[in-house]
Amino acid sequence: MSIAKIGPHDLGGDDAGKVSPLSRDLQWWEKRIDALYRLLADDRRMILQVDELRAAIEALGDDVYARHDYYERWTLALRNLLIAKQVLDEAEIETRISQLKQNR
Amino acid sequence: MNHSDHPPHDHSSHDHQPPPDEGRQLSDVQYLEIALRELLIEKGVINADEIRAGVEALDAVTPAQGARVVARAWCDDQFRQRLLADGSKACIELGIDIRPTRLVVVENTDNWHNVIVCTLCSCYPRLLLGLPPDWYKSREYRSRVVREPRKVLAEFGTQLPAGVSLRVHDSTADMRYLVLPRRPANSEHLDEEQLAALVTRDSMIGVTLVQTSLVRTQAIPD
Amino acid sequence: MTLAPKFKQGDPVQVCARDVAHHRRTPSYVQGRRGYIERFCGAFANPELLAQGRDGLPLINLYRVRFEQAELWTTAEVDAGDDSVDVEIYEHWLRQCDEPF
Repeated sequence: MSIAKIGPHDLGGDDAGKVSPLSRDLQWWEKRIDALYRLLADDRRMILQVDELRAAIEALGDDVYARHDYYERWTLALRNLLIAKQVLDEAEIETRISQLKQNR
Repeated sequence: MNHSDHPPHDHSSHDHQPPPDEGRQLSDVQYLEIALRELLIEKGVINADEIRAGVEALDAVTPAQGARVVARAWCDDQFRQRLLADGSKACIELGIDIRPTRLVVVENTDNWHNVIVCTLCSCYPRLLLGLPPDWYKSREYRSRVVREPRKVLAEFGTQLPAGVSLRVHDSTADMRYLVLPRRPANSEHLDEEQLAALVTRDSMIGVTLVQTSLVRTQAIPD
Repeated sequence: MTLAPKFKQGDPVQVCARDVAHHRRTPSYVQGRRGYIERFCGAFANPELLAQGRDGLPLINLYRVRFEQAELWTTAEVDAGDDSVDVEIYEHWLRQCDEPF
């Protein structure tokens, strides 16, 4: 029986390398994106919910999913969700990134 | 409690404060994080204080919460039974409210050992254990632990005694899981607080066992 | 308004193999596989609707289903013995098995 994967996140049973039992401290930006998501999803704002974040992460596709780690995927998915929900637009995000890069 | 994860590639000298972004080469995704945050603040959707408070809230929850629950269950059999019957409800007795998800506590015994995973993302009992370690979120762990859990446990240095069967719990939906490890042998003289100090994060995920003999001052890869 | 649970503890069930395009929480490795109900977990908002920004109603029943390692993998570990995997599965992904096992 061959069952299609339900997305790039559907890893159970795959072949993969050894597990490295070490863990590093999270960086600030990783904690900030975690906090940001929780604010957007809180009872006051309700701009998005966890299942939408998961779906947006899965929609990144096999290649993007595989090339980025956990909070990188969150960040990329939140960008797409915020654009889809018209909270931010793509052009203003790109403009801001260019400005940030120039100013450093 | 050993909270000090000693990363192999971390060049910073401090253990508790993550490094600031300034002075470092930022990745494209890090620029994106700054852009999203700044724009949302400028539009009044969120404010900077809320982000700071959110980060502090993350830092405030550590595996010591889960360890308290485990030690109480070891010392109070009535509590243990309530915990196994309804984990969420029993945790409220200790001031820990894990709603809206529900807690299922799975108990290691002479015959059964339990391990937790979320193969689809990285669902984790955050309010009991804090944020998940890197390996819990890794492709390697999420892929392999459902198919070859004994090999994965061996990679953590864990060998189950002969005759112990293994149950993997995949957190695919609204339940969250906590492993109630076996109380280590020769721990009768320890009180609840001393017992809690023995309980590691990884033992509550089920990839290691609780031991009394660990040399706690050493940097062990937890 | 929630429907009474269709399955009870111990019932043999099979997970539907269903190729749909939308977000769902039923991993491929259990689809088509047989196990039994370990427990009924209660009724929860439907993640397949929540993922579309909707309210997830009506609530749907959720179970923990236990699968033997040998049912899931052709290459289960040699020392797997009674080893098993418990997975949370929503009711609309489950059907009754005709024969117990």
